Amino acid sequence: MPHRPAVVIVAAFLTLLTWTLVPATALADDVGIVKVSKGTAAIERVGQRLPVPVGAKVREGDVVITGADGSVGITFGDNTLLSIGPDSSLAIDRFAFDPTTHKGAFETSLNRGTLAAVSGKIAKQSPDAMKVRTPAAVLGVRGTEFVVRTGEPIGTTPGR
Amino acid sequence: MIRAVLGITIAALLAGCAKMPVVAAPPPPPARTDLYILLPGADGKAGSLVVTHRDQVRILSTPHAAAKIGVPGAVETATATAEETRKAFGAALSAQPPRPTSFQLYFLLDSDEFTPESKVVVDAVLGDIARRPAPEIVVIGHTDTVGADDYNDRLSLLRAESIRTRLIERGVAAEQIQSSGRGKRELLVPTADQVPEPRNRRVEIVVR
Repeated sequence: MPHRPAVVIVAAFLTLLTWTLVPATALADDVGIVKVSKGTAAIERVGQRLPVPVGAKVREGDVVITGADGSVGITFGDNTLLSIGPDSSLAIDRFAFDPTTHKGAFETSLNRGTLAAVSGKIAKQSPDAMKVRTPAAVLGVRGTEFVVRTGEPIGTTPGR
Repeated sequence: MIRAVLGITIAALLAGCAKMPVVAAPPPPPARTDLYILLPGADGKAGSLVVTHRDQVRILSTPHAAAKIGVPGAVETATATAEETRKAFGAALSAQPPRPTSFQLYFLLDSDEFTPESKVVVDAVLGDIARRPAPEIVVIGHTDTVGADDYNDRLSLLRAESIRTRLIERGVAAEQIQSSGRGKRELLVPTADQVPEPRNRRVEIVVR
């Protein structure tokens, strides 16, 4: 019983330590780094909603979302640059990249909003390896720079 | 005459009134369409984008080529103006991360010793790092075609790791630098196999 406060303090210290250490270390499953972050934005990761400061690491399975004033730009491990505008949702479905052979796969889904892209080494090595999905279509990326906007079902967006 | 004019005016007013209910219920505004535009690359050339919507496939392969999907099932192609692109994608485009920059360092034969000119490049790399948000450095080693594949894979990685160490010595944080070796897969100057070529014995430093 008398030891309990010490245990709590140690636990709190370890938690703090984890918070400080994790963002500084490039984990193996980090696939990209946030380079630009403006306005309201979040990363949804396994049920959690994380802030998106410049320097935040992005992982496979993350969904990057922005509010009406938000935009986020991410550089990926194969030099692909992706950025989203306001009211957007971009899921990083799959990212695999071998830096020696340049073989890999990169699949994302723009669920809503706008996306600007500059493809990197994965698309250059194998033209069928990079795909961007929207609710309406699949885009096969054979290079290099392009922009994507999702439409909205008729009647759901008065004023647009 | 006056009566006739009056009659026409009343008729016009009535006609106007008759139209009122139609005007009062405006048609729904057009929904935002799906819009995909291929842009010219940094070198001015465009790559290509294969758009598949249901059973339809369109290939965009010229600068500013655009595909629109308004009505489900129909893909329209067009050429987008710079104004249209800026208006629809201004915010996303202005959030693009800075482009990666690439530097080349050259080595003496069979060694990880720099050529004298390459020493200057390291300073340029450090200057570039300082200008970027959340900078990362990727050090990629390359060899010429002399020797077996696995020998060159090892040598290229060795060269990359030697540069990584030097960058750390110059004050770059270790976790910001990754290194990899491409062996003889990416020749700067294409040659046959087993050809010594100093320009292929190099390390590329990508700052992004």
